[in-house]
Amino acid sequence: MQTLTTNELTVRFEEDIVRVRQLARTAATEAGLSLVDQTKLVTAASELARNTVVYGGGGTARLDVVQAGGRRGVRIEFEDHGPGIADVELALKDGYTTGNGLGLGLSGAKRLCSEFELKSEPGKGTTVVITRWKA
Amino acid sequence: MERIPVLKMGEFLLVSIQVDMHDRLAMTLQDDITEMIVRHGSKGVLIDISGLNMVDSFIGRMISNIASMSRILDAEAVVVGMRPAVAITLVELGLELPGVRTALNVERGMDILRKHMRATDTAADADLNH
Repeated sequence: MQTLTTNELTVRFEEDIVRVRQLARTAATEAGLSLVDQTKLVTAASELARNTVVYGGGGTARLDVVQAGGRRGVRIEFEDHGPGIADVELALKDGYTTGNGLGLGLSGAKRLCSEFELKSEPGKGTTVVITRWKA
Repeated sequence: MERIPVLKMGEFLLVSIQVDMHDRLAMTLQDDITEMIVRHGSKGVLIDISGLNMVDSFIGRMISNIASMSRILDAEAVVVGMRPAVAITLVELGLELPGVRTALNVERGMDILRKHMRATDTAADADLNH
């Protein structure tokens, strides 16, 4: 997988969630995603950025326009050094939340992307990587 | 402080969301609308989201909340102008906005509110005649 452009930012405050959305939109346009796919990616990015702020206590987001096997896509990595997720399988269930949200953030973001990878270690932090390829 | 304007028009309130909302702005809007319903005794709230290019679970929940709170305060809320890509994404996200009245555009949304007004007026008259 080849990275064409990259953008990194700190995600700590609510305003940063909006910035992640804007950068995700720009990257999705650059990768040539359809309007619906752009919207799905931006929405997934918004959910995960909020998780980074609310549950991860802040972290970073890296947005890449990538290319592999002749197709383009957007890859976004969220990393925090928060409390981590004790039970990943449970956290990915629709409606499960330890906060006061709807419990759709993680599971919904997973549905909205082509690829979804979650690594978490209790006490160390969480990394989520999503990719949406141009159809 | 940054705010989304809530306009009073007769018995109704009009809101058009034109900015990419951060979470606090969405919460403030919720508070402002409920406060205005009570202050003006508004019977309907029209929320135009044609300017929103995405609705995530937080904003979706805010929209649901506004609809529920309005109903409890005896006002009908209608959400209009949702973009097709947003609708597709919301359903896939798992958020189908139960209990939220929607219309394709402002005109149809206003029709719904007027019909709702007439229906409640007729019901009130019927009560008085008893």
